[in-house]
Amino acid sequence: MRFEVLVEVRLRPGIADPQGATVERALPALGFAGIDHVRVGKAIRLQVEAPDKAAAATTAQAVTERLLANPVIEEADVQVLGPVPAEVAVP
Amino acid sequence: MTARVAVVVFPGTNCEHDVVGALAGLGGDAELVWHGQRSLAGYDAVVLPGGFAHGDYLRPGAIARFSPVMEAVARFAAAGGPVVGICNGFQVLTEAGLLPGALQKNAGLRFVCTTTGIEVCTTRTPLTAHSAVGDVLRLPINHFEGNYTCDGATLARLRAEDRIVFRYTDNPNGSVDDIAGVCNEQGNVVGLMPHPERACDPLLGSTDGAVLLGSLLGVADTRSRAVPA
Amino acid sequence: MEGTTETGEPLHRALGLTDDEAVAIERILGRPPNQLELAMYAVMWSEHCSYKSSRVHLRRLPTTGPEVLVGPGENAGVVDVGDGIAVAIRIESHNHPSAVEPYQGAATGVGGILRDIFTMGARPIALMDPLFFGPLDDARTRWLVEGVVSGISGYGNAVGVPTVGGQLTFAPCYARNPLVNVLCLGVMPVERLVLGRASGEGNLAILLGATTGRDGIGGVSVLASAGFEDTEAGTDKRPSVQVGDPFEEKRLIEACLELLDRGLVVGIQDLGGAGLSCATSETAARAGMGMDVDVRAVPLRQPGMAPFEVMTSESQERMLAIVTPANRHAVEEVCRRWEVRATVVGTVTAPGPSGGRLRVLDGPEGPVLADVPAASLSEDAPLYRRPMAPPSDAAARRAQDPAALPAPDDCGPDVLAMVQDTSWVWRQYDHQLFLNTVVGPGADAAVLRLAAPGLPPSRRGLALSTDANPRWCAVDPRRGTAWTVAESAVNVACAGARPVVLVNCLNFGNPEHPEVMWQLSEAVDGMAEACEALGIPVVGGNVSLYNESNGRDIDPTPVVAVLGVIEELRRRPPVPGLVPGHAVVVLGDTTDALAGSRWAVERHGQRGGELPPFDGPAIARLLRLLVTLVGEDDLLSGVHDVSEGGLGVALAECAVASATGARLRGVVGHGALFSEVPGRVVVCTGRPGSVLDAAAAAGVPAAVLGEAGGERLVVEGLVDLPVADLIAAWRSALPAALDEPLPAGESG
Repeated sequence: MRFEVLVEVRLRPGIADPQGATVERALPALGFAGIDHVRVGKAIRLQVEAPDKAAAATTAQAVTERLLANPVIEEADVQVLGPVPAEVAVP
Repeated sequence: MTARVAVVVFPGTNCEHDVVGALAGLGGDAELVWHGQRSLAGYDAVVLPGGFAHGDYLRPGAIARFSPVMEAVARFAAAGGPVVGICNGFQVLTEAGLLPGALQKNAGLRFVCTTTGIEVCTTRTPLTAHSAVGDVLRLPINHFEGNYTCDGATLARLRAEDRIVFRYTDNPNGSVDDIAGVCNEQGNVVGLMPHPERACDPLLGSTDGAVLLGSLLGVADTRSRAVPA
Repeated sequence: MEGTTETGEPLHRALGLTDDEAVAIERILGRPPNQLELAMYAVMWSEHCSYKSSRVHLRRLPTTGPEVLVGPGENAGVVDVGDGIAVAIRIESHNHPSAVEPYQGAATGVGGILRDIFTMGARPIALMDPLFFGPLDDARTRWLVEGVVSGISGYGNAVGVPTVGGQLTFAPCYARNPLVNVLCLGVMPVERLVLGRASGEGNLAILLGATTGRDGIGGVSVLASAGFEDTEAGTDKRPSVQVGDPFEEKRLIEACLELLDRGLVVGIQDLGGAGLSCATSETAARAGMGMDVDVRAVPLRQPGMAPFEVMTSESQERMLAIVTPANRHAVEEVCRRWEVRATVVGTVTAPGPSGGRLRVLDGPEGPVLADVPAASLSEDAPLYRRPMAPPSDAAARRAQDPAALPAPDDCGPDVLAMVQDTSWVWRQYDHQLFLNTVVGPGADAAVLRLAAPGLPPSRRGLALSTDANPRWCAVDPRRGTAWTVAESAVNVACAGARPVVLVNCLNFGNPEHPEVMWQLSEAVDGMAEACEALGIPVVGGNVSLYNESNGRDIDPTPVVAVLGVIEELRRRPPVPGLVPGHAVVVLGDTTDALAGSRWAVERHGQRGGELPPFDGPAIARLLRLLVTLVGEDDLLSGVHDVSEGGLGVALAECAVASATGARLRGVVGHGALFSEVPGRVVVCTGRPGSVLDAAAAAGVPAAVLGEAGGERLVVEGLVDLPVADLIAAWRSALPAALDEPLPAGESG
């Protein structure tokens, strides 16, 4: 089966995030108040061939630990969103 | 000189010819080694040059660290061989775990290409053996992600163990403790963001990089005579 | 059967073709075209691809010379610079995409010009970026500047080609229509020069690089909505912005150069405007052959693309190589090593009695979807002679003469207002890679060593400058363009280089406006006059029309780039600067003509007047003198071309560069201080007698203005400023306007 997986990669707490800071600073001038703690990370989507959801999660976790996130500065959440219908799967 | 220097080329690397040329200009013998090669036998020093390996996609060096050649680099380093990572090469070494810490986006969120003051902080590495602590070299920097970061414990270790090799005299990117380069515990693996190969020719401006690359060649040369071929 | 759109409009009109053009297509084919054929003609005959409004004028440019190997008409101009080395050079625009998405518009502009260079067999070794924006007090302009500079930086640095110079101009006419022009220069051993020619019946057309998506199809997208093709309902899958991939391009460069080094290709062509339609038809036409293209063989980024989309897609980072069947596997092997996709998409066919046919097939032996004469797509493109007329208010503009402006009591504030450090821009570009940049951004011309892997050794050097002056051209497009050519030639001569060729990018407004066509025609004539007088052939050009802001045409903005050769590059040529105790000498004649000057236009809003005529012989004498003076060791300690802001700004820039003042006299008034008539150079020298003698022998007027030194820049009666003030104003001008902090780190 094919599963859609979403991996959210974030900077670990305490690591400086100049992108997040810049975005946060720009908000008041755009008329937004009361917004803070902006952190910019990455969202990586993949489709995984696996017998079931749990196996897909395990594989995705392994890929994340090995490649998608750098543990020195990043942490990540892996979320299996669901099976991909066969007709929609990209060849 | 008898030393042979391997200059590793990943897809997207672009400073390899500059490094080879600079080493040749100092009397060294440098060769390009493709990232798919699994052996570094016969080489006395290894340089990972600057550029954009794999486009810097995902994170600079994140994909390059898995290239076949990196296992050979790790073995070479473990055996005490001199390894230098310049800019993107430094990023690859940190991703590969051969050096501590990580390189993040510059604090100013801009690419910076300029020449700036770099202070030598230790002479215990192959790159700095010919320098003196406190020497300030004018070296080019050229990066978007040169902001060195590591946790407090690591930083304390680096300081205690004399492993901070270079500091910026005017921090251009937000690096912790103004760190421009570090080395491993043994002191044989060095990573630095500045480009010494870009400062070896009077026609181009500063020649302050020559002392660093010359030192590397000297150490490699000694090694080539001592280690049986 | 042509069909109509949902609104009942004939399809050809919806595709941008005129009725006459539709008739012409039918006459060429001997039958009505089908939609795929119509789409292919529509993109190939667009202004952008066919230059239909400008070709009739461009023919008047001088394009030949003993050193020219390839002139206009190919992907890039190529010049023989000696020592067995050829240089390829081209400049292109990517204006409209950059207005919409500045980062990707600029990035893909860099990608496109790089391909024009390495498709000739040259390794790209330098980029330059002349940029034009509206005033910086507008937040949107600041956003555009940020995006464009980041895009050039992001793509150029990652692909690994240094950006060594450019130009930055701010003027109201560009407010909604920035101009992003990018120049690329490449080098090769002369034997590696290759043309985009599909010769040899049975040879294969191999598509290299990125997959093909729906990029850039905009104009022909009406075909999809016409409902004739099979599409997924409801989803807009058409990206309006192309995303560049510099890593793909880097691999493509290395793969293509290796293919060429090993003699594995017969011809090669990059895919740019009109994508596959252009690459296949042009390569076939140049060789007098035909080509069969299998549209199903093209690797796609998105499923279910219609044939017209595949044939007109402008997806980036693709090349078309013509390869003998015997070399196919070797080519695939090289591409595999560089991780570059290589797919056979077509075959070269023999021409029939009326020439070669371009046929698009649906599968290897599939039905023929399109069948047109290959050459007709480019060679039969319409040639327009659009109406031209000088501005109706010409007399009133001439009368608006800056000579009538009152003389300021103190010219200091004007000088302070016009100095600007552009390093905020160029420090974002890798300008050092390849260890060839002897003089980088910020000087009059970039100076490059002539060196690259695989190139024969040479002691020569190259000097390169891009130049444009819309203020001069707004006053008088003919003289203004001639002056621009002169300025560019003088810039390279200031580095000790002999100008050898010129490339241009003509950025103008709406060609349906007679005044704009008049401007274009005049600019071409001015360029021709200057190039002939100075012996500099034009080896390539690009035209960008329909540049308008808020319904107003931009000022005529012809951009030129002159390439010069330095016979022997032994040491760094002198750059703008002053040495205490040395004399400051001005070469060339100074008048007080202020029309078109920054002082008149920017400081006093006076845009009219008349430009003095272009004096070709005087410029030519100055060029020869400069090459001699700069070539002599230890004669000149500083050199600076006088252009924007006149003598006043040139002297200020020299003072800033060396943090050294000067005490000068003999500049008779503000007119002489701020006049921008080309043909003057400021030099600093420890041997003024020798310089004066050489100038006299060369027939160039020269005068000692005074002596360098001290902490103030004094031009008696006009300027008395602390150098520290000049430096502060210069350093902060651009960051302040961009609302940015001053850069950290020392300057290099």
